[in-house]
Amino acid sequence: MITLELPNVLCSQNGERSSVLVDDTCRTVGDALRALSGRSPGAHDRIMDERGNVRRHVNVFVNGENIRFLNGLSTPVEGNATITVIAAVSGG
Amino acid sequence: MATATRRKSTSKTRSKTRKAAQEAIVLVGTMKGAFILRSDKSRKKWRMDGPHFKGEAVYALLHDTRGGRSRTYAAANSMHWGPTLRVSDDLGATWSAPADHAVRFPADAGRAVAQIWQIAAGRPTEPDVLYCGVEPSALFESRDGGESWQPNKGLLNHEHQPKWQPGGGGLCLHTIVFDPQNKQRMLVAMSTGGVYRSDDGGKSWRARNAGVRAQFMPEEHRYPEFGQCVHKVVHHPGRPGRLFLQNHWGLYRSDDWGDSWHDIANGVPSDFGFAMQMHPHDPDTVYIVPIEADVFRATPEAKLRVYRTRNAGQSWQPLTKGLPQHDAYENVLRDALAADSFDPAGIYFGTRSGKLFGSRDEGASWTELADGLPPIVCVKTGMVGAGAA
Repeated sequence: MITLELPNVLCSQNGERSSVLVDDTCRTVGDALRALSGRSPGAHDRIMDERGNVRRHVNVFVNGENIRFLNGLSTPVEGNATITVIAAVSGG
Repeated sequence: MATATRRKSTSKTRSKTRKAAQEAIVLVGTMKGAFILRSDKSRKKWRMDGPHFKGEAVYALLHDTRGGRSRTYAAANSMHWGPTLRVSDDLGATWSAPADHAVRFPADAGRAVAQIWQIAAGRPTEPDVLYCGVEPSALFESRDGGESWQPNKGLLNHEHQPKWQPGGGGLCLHTIVFDPQNKQRMLVAMSTGGVYRSDDGGKSWRARNAGVRAQFMPEEHRYPEFGQCVHKVVHHPGRPGRLFLQNHWGLYRSDDWGDSWHDIANGVPSDFGFAMQMHPHDPDTVYIVPIEADVFRATPEAKLRVYRTRNAGQSWQPLTKGLPQHDAYENVLRDALAADSFDPAGIYFGTRSGKLFGSRDEGASWTELADGLPPIVCVKTGMVGAGAA
């Protein structure tokens, strides 16, 4: 299974859990994040906007690598991958 | 009025509030959260709590008492996690979850809501109707008290839409005005884009900017059909067809629901500005805060002055008692000037430097209610308790 790790601030959108297991039939990071919309739509909507883009100040890592420097949402994932969502360097 | 004291919100104080008589509330949206001030009807002493939505920009607030509710709406925008519409039925003691009340474009619109700039209650006769103006410019409507939201398709697909351009704050629809009698008529304003009016219940919209200047265009194109950077439009429900407009350079009045606009910058130090507020009881009285220039967004002559007309723009007078009159390089944004509905009316405004001022005598004198807040972007009022609805 693919593990999606969420930041603390989004746990309330995910039944107070900090991670979600996603079906390993997902081929890409985009597939895995879209799968989150069925499990935890509130968390999904905070990470991605209506156009399906990751929000500007959110970083997504696959096994520790930032997908902005890989292939974005098309970055491939394998069955045991860990996808980590972290707030980027910015704030209010 | 006196500077507000801080109040820690507890169930005990909330319980007392429910039993209390009529109270005035001032909702303050800042770049780092919202604050709620409360006072009794005298409005001499204020208690403040907050910040709500710590770290999030709150550009729009509304307290809605229609239909027997006492409901507060807040548009909270996290730099990381995006915009949300939050709802409280207990004056901010608790708020709805971020995922509820979602204001989102449909997937096929190809757009994403960047910010909610305005939350407007519909007509008193339609207590479940609310509107949101958002960035990028669009109008959302709810007919179930804010539970669900749909974009207005007439504006979403308007032929002018591809040519609307963002101003300094983004491409936003920030003003929503209704005809209280004619349910088919409403008006919106956006920066940039200008004023648009619908006479068929929102199905179609016509640009209504004749006479409004677009200073940033080549000289021969300074009065286009649309594309103006309108900052705010207000009117009085008792005389709805007469509108007042604060433009990005220009101060105007329309007596025909926006079909034509006429200059009323009579005796103001600058016709540039953002904020504009109608008097709650007098359709001839309007408040503004002139700003020196687009390239120097500060109060002229470093004096913080609210200007008031009592004759529908034929003349304007500065209101200065209690406001700093030297070294005051302040700016007051488009939604940061408000009036309550008491008599005499209370007038309130907040500055980009985090100062909140209030007047309980219609602007004749002012008191600093708070200082040191984050930059203030929104000030709204409400009333709770007996007789509020």
